[in-house]
Amino acid sequence: MGKKRTAIVATGQTHHRSSRLDVNGIELINEAVTRCLEDGDLTIEDIDAVVIGNMDHFEGINYVDMWSIDGSGGFMKPTFKLTTGGTTGSTVGQSGFYLTSSGLFDKVLCIGWEKNSESDTTAAITTAFDPIWDRLVFAGAIGGLAVEATKYMSEYGATEEDAAYVAVRDRTHALNNPYAQLRKPITIEDVMTSPMLSDPIKLLDVCPRTDGACAVVWANEDYAEKICPRPAWFHAGSVKHPYNMLGDTDLSGLISMEMAAKEAYQKAGIKNPLKEIDVMELYLPYSCSGLSWIEALDLCERGGAPRLVRDGVTDMGGELPINPSGGVIATNCIGATALLRIAEAAIQIMDKGGDRQVPDVETALATGFGGCFWSDVTILSSKKP
Amino acid sequence: MTTDLKGQELMVYESRIKVPYTWSVGEVGSRFLTELKENKKIWGTKCPICEAVFVPPKKTCTYCFVTCHEWVELKDEGVLQTYTVVRYDTTLIPGKKPQIIGIVLLDGADTGITHLIGGVSPDQVKVGMRLKAVFNDKRAGHILDIKHFKPI
Amino acid sequence: MSGIDNIAIVGVGQTTIERNKLGDTFADMVFEATQKALEDAGMTMDDIDNVITTSNDFWDGRTISTMAVNDACGAGLGKNISALEGDGTFSCFYGMTRILSGVYGTSLVVSHVKGSESENIHITNAIFDPIYMRPIGLDSLNSAAMQMRRYMSKYGVTEEQCAKVSVKNHKNALNNPYAQIKKEVSLEDVLESRLIADPLKLYDCSPVSDAAAAVIIAGGDRAKKAKKPVWVKGVGYCADAYFLGDRDLADAIALDMAASKAYEMAEITDPLEEIDVAEVYDAFSYMELMWYEGLGFCPIGAGGKLIDKGITEMDGALPVNPSGGLLSGHPVIVGGMIRLAEAVLQVRGDAGDHQVKDVNTALAHGINGACGQSHCVWIVGR
Repeated sequence: MGKKRTAIVATGQTHHRSSRLDVNGIELINEAVTRCLEDGDLTIEDIDAVVIGNMDHFEGINYVDMWSIDGSGGFMKPTFKLTTGGTTGSTVGQSGFYLTSSGLFDKVLCIGWEKNSESDTTAAITTAFDPIWDRLVFAGAIGGLAVEATKYMSEYGATEEDAAYVAVRDRTHALNNPYAQLRKPITIEDVMTSPMLSDPIKLLDVCPRTDGACAVVWANEDYAEKICPRPAWFHAGSVKHPYNMLGDTDLSGLISMEMAAKEAYQKAGIKNPLKEIDVMELYLPYSCSGLSWIEALDLCERGGAPRLVRDGVTDMGGELPINPSGGVIATNCIGATALLRIAEAAIQIMDKGGDRQVPDVETALATGFGGCFWSDVTILSSKKP
Repeated sequence: MTTDLKGQELMVYESRIKVPYTWSVGEVGSRFLTELKENKKIWGTKCPICEAVFVPPKKTCTYCFVTCHEWVELKDEGVLQTYTVVRYDTTLIPGKKPQIIGIVLLDGADTGITHLIGGVSPDQVKVGMRLKAVFNDKRAGHILDIKHFKPI
Repeated sequence: MSGIDNIAIVGVGQTTIERNKLGDTFADMVFEATQKALEDAGMTMDDIDNVITTSNDFWDGRTISTMAVNDACGAGLGKNISALEGDGTFSCFYGMTRILSGVYGTSLVVSHVKGSESENIHITNAIFDPIYMRPIGLDSLNSAAMQMRRYMSKYGVTEEQCAKVSVKNHKNALNNPYAQIKKEVSLEDVLESRLIADPLKLYDCSPVSDAAAAVIIAGGDRAKKAKKPVWVKGVGYCADAYFLGDRDLADAIALDMAASKAYEMAEITDPLEEIDVAEVYDAFSYMELMWYEGLGFCPIGAGGKLIDKGITEMDGALPVNPSGGLLSGHPVIVGGMIRLAEAVLQVRGDAGDHQVKDVNTALAHGINGACGQSHCVWIVGR
């Protein structure tokens, strides 16, 4: 036993909003799970194990996997929790691969969720950092990203306007996604005139806070094609979380993304990602990341991203559409966000993308980002490996 | 240059995490708490498949994983399934030490509600005794609108 | 039919369990445990294909608690990593599936906690639902106390039978160099110890401790070539309902399910006969008796009778917790991983002064959540 090929066969997500007062966390999770089961025409009885993740201090619940049993369907099932900050959704997503590929489980439900409206996001995120060395000077998630953006712009001559193109692209794509939180169009000028948060990051450069949940079902090859006519097969995954202290990070590029992409491409046999990958769902929490991090993904040389983006290569209809879902700048329910990237990549392969469907998708790539400049990469394909 | 750390005073840094929360109760829970507040009534929800009546009410049945649409009004009396008398200091339990916490199976419910037991001395509490909810005069839409359950 | 072929635990490491490891950070403890496990396995970090950390954000006072330790166990070396929040037995299961998937040949799984750095009552109060249960002031002690009373009243188990667990485990701990508390207690000592929350008394409860542990799992050739492999025969895990009132606290149905899965894989039909030693999660004295029943060592409700017969003593037919268990030192999160490490040592004959004779098959058990909501059972052997 072991080494079974496995695929995502169903996905579900909530309609993401800034605040869902009508449901508690358990009920929010249940919405995504119910929709996911419906998508695969499955019942909870079909599920062999449950994996769930979120960031504890955003909801203030200890042992979320235990608390959420009524929502996850984990009653009398093997259930556990994984949590790795912003990358939670991708580590949770990848666990479904390992659990089903092992042969010990045939069908596994993976859930990511967050109810960011319930807490002060910055206060909670600040607790991630070392209390003795980093916490007192940590300026929230935005601070570190602003430093990275400044470095990138000064080194390669990129501008705030170049970055704004990324935000406008993702927000425009979101108009096609009925689940996205922010669905009002914005222009470059809107971004450039929006209030400054942490130089050079302005309000419209950055993601919102969201209440939302996402669920996917992985099934191994004994079941996948019975459940889904076009399953999204797992081809490669990597999870690189090499830094722990802010001062250790090398901000000359997103090094963890370079490492994660290199390994995933090698495992999936991809030599020219721009040509060989059909769509990407990237965890881009703010606009400038859409420039430097796609260089880390080897889509172009260092400093070449602004040109790629401005030329429309990454727009819908372009050579390699990025974030047809609208990405993180349109929706950020943190524990779900990286799982949404995997789910949306799967949706593209399964040809279930509706208005946001990219034509003829064979290979899709999803990333996760979070923690201390950590990166995860997952590659899915319509072709059985 | 190497330093011998023997005899190094070991320091401790004291601090707290301050993250305030506003938890969404949700529609189902809100109805339950509103009934406590406005009518001093305890309601539960019932599963259409296994017919379990849940208190506090749930939107989804734990056992069947289906939506519980039906609401059932319950009596405010029931049986003590288990309890404990807390002998240590804790600021988290309302009332003066020793506080009594128990699980009460209300008449008509299939799941017990965990709450405070009061109006009785610790050595008089017995598993199986019948209790009744005592409501506070001032209520806020909170689980502690029920002050405690006392023997009848 | 076993779902697990050629998976072995090839290295284990633990720090001592202490009330307060003042001189150690989380990373120091994990590094120590990792180094010990590598040495035990005769491996270096080059031999480790992926890493899983196990920790709890509330106990650590940090969201993303894995961040504090992942460079102490390989993330800084660019290894693929994951992080589980819960008991170490569950993260070891996940580490095992990552090998079974064929992607990795070895997994290093680590766990840590410093119970000394926080107030247990506040941390465990946060386990409970914020709307319905937290305002009542529930915590790990008062919820366990309610479970103990429910268990005793349903099955007629006595406080004395529960106390025997404490006497046994404290005595066993004298022979365990890692144990925190090395102090014998008599039955009277336990029964007369200070009331914590009726009917729990001081010596019915485990302390709140600091420790870390590490386990190295290998598959296929990597397992066969290992110095001292201990083979995984069966594993299962399962979660019960969450709200205390949704469960019958006297019956560990999730343990029964987890154990059944593990036994089926391991082809065990008579656990009392076929298992030579067991390390179970005795967070409280009464729990060990309940777990005897869920594990099928005796009929439901007969846990007290089993200990009365002396079956689970060091010289009994099925010694339970020769290490002294958690009553002698309880690092949450790490507790189950230590049970697994101890089971491995027993099978290898490396348990020193607390070695049980002729161990072919050992059982390890971990729990997660309030009142043992979720359970994980491992069967390991020669």
